[in-house]
Amino acid sequence: MPSIDVTSKTPAARREGSPWTGLGAVFLKEFADHVSGVRMRVLEWLVLLFGLAAVYSAIQDLRSVAAQDPFLFLRLFTLARDPLPSFVGLLGFLIPLVSIGLGFDAVNSEFNRRTLSRVLAQPIYRDALLFGKFFASLATLSVSLVALWLLIVGLGLLLLGVPPSGEEVARGLVFLAASIAYGGVWLAAAILFSVLFRSAATSALCALGLWLLLSVLWPMLAQFIPQAILPSDTMILFGVPSVEQLQMQLTLARLSPNTLYAEAVQAMLNPTTRSLGLVFPQQMVGAVRGTPLPFGQSLLLVWPQITGLIASAIVLFVITYVSFQRQEVRA
Amino acid sequence: MTGGPVIETRGLTKRYGGTTAVDGIDLAIRRGEIFGLLGPNGAGKTTTILMLLGLTDKTAGTVSVLGFDPARQPLQVKRRVGYMPDSVGFYDNLTARENLRYTARLAGLAREEAEARIADGLRRVSLTHVIDRKVGTFSHGMRRRLGLAEIVLKQAEIAILDEPTSGLDPEATYEILNMIRDLKAHDVAVVLSSHMLDQVQRICDRVALFNRGKIALLGSVPELAQQVLGGGHTTVVEAEGADLATVLADLPGARRIIPGEGNTFRVLADRDLRSDVARRVTAAGGRLLRLNVEEPSLDAIYRRYFEDSRRAA
Repeated sequence: MPSIDVTSKTPAARREGSPWTGLGAVFLKEFADHVSGVRMRVLEWLVLLFGLAAVYSAIQDLRSVAAQDPFLFLRLFTLARDPLPSFVGLLGFLIPLVSIGLGFDAVNSEFNRRTLSRVLAQPIYRDALLFGKFFASLATLSVSLVALWLLIVGLGLLLLGVPPSGEEVARGLVFLAASIAYGGVWLAAAILFSVLFRSAATSALCALGLWLLLSVLWPMLAQFIPQAILPSDTMILFGVPSVEQLQMQLTLARLSPNTLYAEAVQAMLNPTTRSLGLVFPQQMVGAVRGTPLPFGQSLLLVWPQITGLIASAIVLFVITYVSFQRQEVRA
Repeated sequence: MTGGPVIETRGLTKRYGGTTAVDGIDLAIRRGEIFGLLGPNGAGKTTTILMLLGLTDKTAGTVSVLGFDPARQPLQVKRRVGYMPDSVGFYDNLTARENLRYTARLAGLAREEAEARIADGLRRVSLTHVIDRKVGTFSHGMRRRLGLAEIVLKQAEIAILDEPTSGLDPEATYEILNMIRDLKAHDVAVVLSSHMLDQVQRICDRVALFNRGKIALLGSVPELAQQVLGGGHTTVVEAEGADLATVLADLPGARRIIPGEGNTFRVLADRDLRSDVARRVTAAGGRLLRLNVEEPSLDAIYRRYFEDSRRAA
């Protein structure tokens, strides 16, 4: 075999034309489909009703509490009253559901409707189709979340009669950004399953299965695994996990985007949160307990969490992209 | 209107793992002709089509479509080539107009230009009356016609149609075939794949017969008949009042005489023997009831070819 001259081969193998050609067309079409679709309508009502219920009960509580809390507005998002969970608690499981609902049949529906080969025979690359679908779903999700966020802030203004401070608005916006990133992770996962499985039902089931695994099973596993593989004396003698076990537990739990999102939200919306990991008493020497962190410090605290969310969305999307590029067009 | 080929392939090959789907195909398709790709399912027709469009990467060989390489310049190729896949699908929740508008946008047409072309395309496939109806309500035939309208809309120089008539009723088939002829009349090179041989025979200028990834036969239907069936002309004779068996027995030029039902005979020959047969029958005092040359049917060629290749294997 003669050796292959890589340098002379590369320009020959390169494809001409921009991979973004047609991205706008795909985006607009998919966005219009989402916005006018029945599925989206159902999901929106779901989010809206749950959100209103949670906020309403929070406001009932807030009225009875003395209005001395400097972060009254943020309580709107975090306050829970039985039997309803808090608004952020609801979002924690509604965002994955909405994202999966938007993405689970993104690519396989094109196969099943036999439109994929026809669309790909138009002068566009596959990149445009996949990116267009992802961004259109993300835009739909973002529009819903922004609308919901504005609605809650508006309700808070009306019912509490107190304007939010600048810091509260800033914290709220970071919370919104984290929510969108969290949605992006689940969206990328759902689209990945829609590429891997031809059947929309299988894809939806797998995405929901993954979600159940990460939201229900994983926290338990994250607790048990360190105890199983890192036996410690403290555990045997006092029934208390060792520092190593706790750290491993935390690391494992953070593999789940749910944990990352919960931590980011907690640090952003509860300004008194000083750390998201273990804190030893000697580290708290000189600290005034219960005092809030400034916004910049809270942001530093959640920075890794938000980066982690965005990174997992990108990684999932890259896997999706590669498997879609390698797929044969013919059914 | 140059005579050069618009599609040219040399040694085009596609391998999936260990199996070879397409094995060294050489094609040259000219502008304004209807070219048929025939063969059993799995013979490599669709794979060849996908390689022409750059939707599947080739393993070896060269392809040139209108002077572009589909693997390297797929956008240039897809801008000029219209493709209607096997059982073409549209978005059922959108109307015919909206579906075509999406195509036009993907093709990068300006809005006004697109609207004019959509109206024109739908008129040419006679779908103007359902322009604003949801495609979900369309029949198979109407979907195929919409697929052709898409090709018209793109003002494609080449139309590649994968099984354009499969699963259609005779009326719808007839309409589709007429529209394909209309494409040809507009100087579009049409490549179509099919296993509906009699229809292909009716509209194709040339055909390529695929067998296990290779082109077994290539040419016009009469040429293929010559090649496969050997005999150029089959004359069918029916007469009364004369014993055809004896009359035709020593006919010069006839290679074989096959008796049929009643007083019908088939005469196999290398040239047209109709006048000779007529003279003999009338000279023998017979009344000639039928005398015609049987068109070589693609169906017969196809079956004979596969019988032969099976026997050879």
